[in-house]
Amino acid sequence: MLLPLIAVLAVTDTPAVHPGELPTTAYVQDDRNAGATPFGGQRLWAAFHGQAGVDRIVDTLVDRNLRDPRIGDIFKGQDMVRVRRTLKEQFCYILGGGCSYTGRTMKDAHKDLGLQQADFNALVENLQAAMRAERVSFAAQNAFLSKLATMERAVVVR
Amino acid sequence: MFSRLTLCAAAAAVCCSSPVLARSEWRAGGKLLLTNGVSTVDGPAGGGLATWAVIAGEETSDGIGGSVHATYVPLRDFALTGVGAAIGYRDRIEISVAHNSFDTRAAGAALGLGRGFRFNQDDIGVKVRLFGHAVYDQDRLLPQVAVGLEYKRADKDAIIHAVGGRHASGVDVYVAATKLLLRHSLLLNGTVRLTRANQFGLLGFGGDRDHGYRPQAEGSAALLLSRNLAVGAEARTKPDNLGFAREQDSYDLFLAWAPAHHLTVTTAYVDLGDIATFRRQTGAFLSLQASF
Repeated sequence: MLLPLIAVLAVTDTPAVHPGELPTTAYVQDDRNAGATPFGGQRLWAAFHGQAGVDRIVDTLVDRNLRDPRIGDIFKGQDMVRVRRTLKEQFCYILGGGCSYTGRTMKDAHKDLGLQQADFNALVENLQAAMRAERVSFAAQNAFLSKLATMERAVVVR
Repeated sequence: MFSRLTLCAAAAAVCCSSPVLARSEWRAGGKLLLTNGVSTVDGPAGGGLATWAVIAGEETSDGIGGSVHATYVPLRDFALTGVGAAIGYRDRIEISVAHNSFDTRAAGAALGLGRGFRFNQDDIGVKVRLFGHAVYDQDRLLPQVAVGLEYKRADKDAIIHAVGGRHASGVDVYVAATKLLLRHSLLLNGTVRLTRANQFGLLGFGGDRDHGYRPQAEGSAALLLSRNLAVGAEARTKPDNLGFAREQDSYDLFLAWAPAHHLTVTTAYVDLGDIATFRRQTGAFLSLQASF
């Protein structure tokens, strides 16, 4: 039960700037910022082919998003190096791969983007395509999506 | 189909592109594949036989969508053909219309109506999503819940009265709850309908045996096999109001396939029970739905 205590004690820290990324404003780092609890066990981590699979999925997802006429503009002017890294951390953390998530909360990361449900769904479709390309089973895809679906409430501005 | 650009331009002119108002930009489409369900014979979005809490059309909370459908149900002794359309507003309100024609084929002669005698029916429905979201609320047990009304009018008043039916038109009221359990690729639906309809209203409403509104149940379970393919089963109970012929509950086993974003093909095996003294009306259910 140390986690809540550590969270209370955590002070706002300036995150380390990773190579190729732009400095960000300070925020509290916490795995719970990932917006979903991790799956127990290694079943899903294996279904996604571990870190190599998750890296490929995120890269395909980001590439598709950038090319997508529906949502490509949203990513213009974003630090895409950081977006790829934090997405890989987030997916790894949720899928039970044991990573730490060092990014912002879903609400903070999307708060100025003015996202609509259609944007969220377009990203889901691109993620489905990326998971299909990685040959992740449909059941495992849906298990993962069940964790992400709830984020609609945090990222879509009504 | 209206152009998004024109709308945006108009919206920007009206609301001087303040960031808050820009967020309420109208969007066409955007719903995830198959999550708008398929058209029921009554008109509303559902599973074919059962009405679900989902709203017709491919729109999200920021747009208007809709669907048209054509359905053919060849049974052992009869055949039902239906066409219909539905409009969905902001994934919140659904207005549906449907026209069904029930061909008695050779059975019409045996019933003394004449071979190929047809019973026709028009339905108008409205459905409102009250709360919950079938897709996004994966961390809650709360389903998507909608309430609806359906006004149905049959066209053969004289025959309906002759077989003991009380009215040629009637209103159904229903509450539907739909939940997608994404973790298990499973969609569940339960609906309670207050109705007096005989054979979905084709044989009128109320009868010589029973006349009151009775709650009837509709249930569906569907398994998502892939992004664009679902297999499922449904059950729908029916009143038994007419003395001349018993009415039984109905069932189906369906396969819904979305070969493209705007098209859903549904094939099913249906069992509508006895109809007008003709036993065990089983057959096929074939439906095409185009949506936007």
